[in-house]
Amino acid sequence: MRRISTKTVIQAVRDLAISANLELGKDVIHAFEEALEKEISPSGKAILAQLIDNAQIAREEKIPICQDTGLVTIFVDLGQEVSIVGGDFKAALEEGIREGYSKGFLRKSVCHPFTRKNTGDNTPLIAHIEIVPGDKLKICVVPKGGGSENMSRVFMLPPSAGWQGVKEHVVRTVNEAGPNPCPPTIVGVGIGGNFEQSAFLSKKALLRPLGSRNSNPELDQMEKELLEEINKTGIGPQGLGGRITSLGAHIIMMPCHIASLPLGINIQCHASRHMEVTL
Amino acid sequence: MKEFSSDRIIELKTPLSIEDIINLRSGNRISISGYIYTARDTAHKRLMELIKSDRELPFPLKGQVIYYVGPSPAPPGRVIGSAGPTTSYRMDPYTPKLLEMGLKGMIGKGRRSDAVREAMVRYRAIYMAATGGAGALISRAVRESTTVAYEDLGPEAVRRLKVERFPAIVVNDILGNDLYEKGQKQYQILS
Repeated sequence: MRRISTKTVIQAVRDLAISANLELGKDVIHAFEEALEKEISPSGKAILAQLIDNAQIAREEKIPICQDTGLVTIFVDLGQEVSIVGGDFKAALEEGIREGYSKGFLRKSVCHPFTRKNTGDNTPLIAHIEIVPGDKLKICVVPKGGGSENMSRVFMLPPSAGWQGVKEHVVRTVNEAGPNPCPPTIVGVGIGGNFEQSAFLSKKALLRPLGSRNSNPELDQMEKELLEEINKTGIGPQGLGGRITSLGAHIIMMPCHIASLPLGINIQCHASRHMEVTL
Repeated sequence: MKEFSSDRIIELKTPLSIEDIINLRSGNRISISGYIYTARDTAHKRLMELIKSDRELPFPLKGQVIYYVGPSPAPPGRVIGSAGPTTSYRMDPYTPKLLEMGLKGMIGKGRRSDAVREAMVRYRAIYMAATGGAGALISRAVRESTTVAYEDLGPEAVRRLKVERFPAIVVNDILGNDLYEKGQKQYQILS
């Protein structure tokens, strides 16, 4: 067994929380630059130019890309030959977030559902822990804002709806969201599984680098078709009108129950922040 | 006075009078200077409770602009952290009353309800959008920040911000035009 201490986990999560909020991925910046070339609407172009500047200011001046530094989701791949020592693993993830959000001057955006009293340290977080072969520990910190999460949906479609039905529901969801989730967005789509799995897959789909191809040629073709339909809506950057409503549509699909066609749609704002480390 | 053309950036100084906004049109790019107040979800709820019980508000509404924002904490040496707009529809249930009481402008992002749009026409006020997710860029326009109420709400506290050349665009004007509707129609491809 390989031993990894909770102290190492805390430090890793703290550093990831800060860097994820300050440094936008190169894939996203590259997607902005490409979008700026393709966009025909003057206001859309102006917004995209602002987003490129904004990412640079955030990185250089060390302030968050967006003030909504989110409720944090952490994806963990825990090698089955790893032994976590020195305390509770989930508590270590939480402590890492607590420290990162305090030291990094990140906004605490978590509250009681009814009293709306802020928990004060941006905890709790949502952890998805998967046990995988090997002796490595991969941690991916995803701070996601409320605006785009609010526009996300799950539909339990009848099997007869098929791919056509899936496409219609995704485009309708994007249309209803309009300017609210800060377009240009990335649309994560989870097809199959069950109710909660489709939502989980739709979020996981967002982690794939922008501009990368789906390794399954059939899904790759579906993603292209979907993105084309989404970009016909005319919503454009910030909803002010334009041809670039989304920078990408990512699909993860798996088998489902013979009675079901679950569809999860997770909308990600343009500030697509996630940072990972393998220990 | 003639309507402003859409390519020019129009300077606006707060507080706003009806003369300042009467010729502004949906799609105009603007640059705001002066004092504006921050308020979002819970602050709005508290303001409504004060209004219902006929008590004094922590800041005047007449001619003022509310910015829907919950900034990130200011690191040492900075006035404010990242400070972009939050989605506005959550404030819709409270907004018509504030407009009736003299609020003249709101800055946020995203569509407003029909009730808010009607109230903007009736009470002659405008809704402006700042770029969502550009909080680092926007923070450069903020020169001073003072908490004026509800410090216990942390990021949701009401702050008085002194802004200089804060960049925004008019979404809803006093005639009831809506830039989101107009913009999408112009670029959508009907198949």
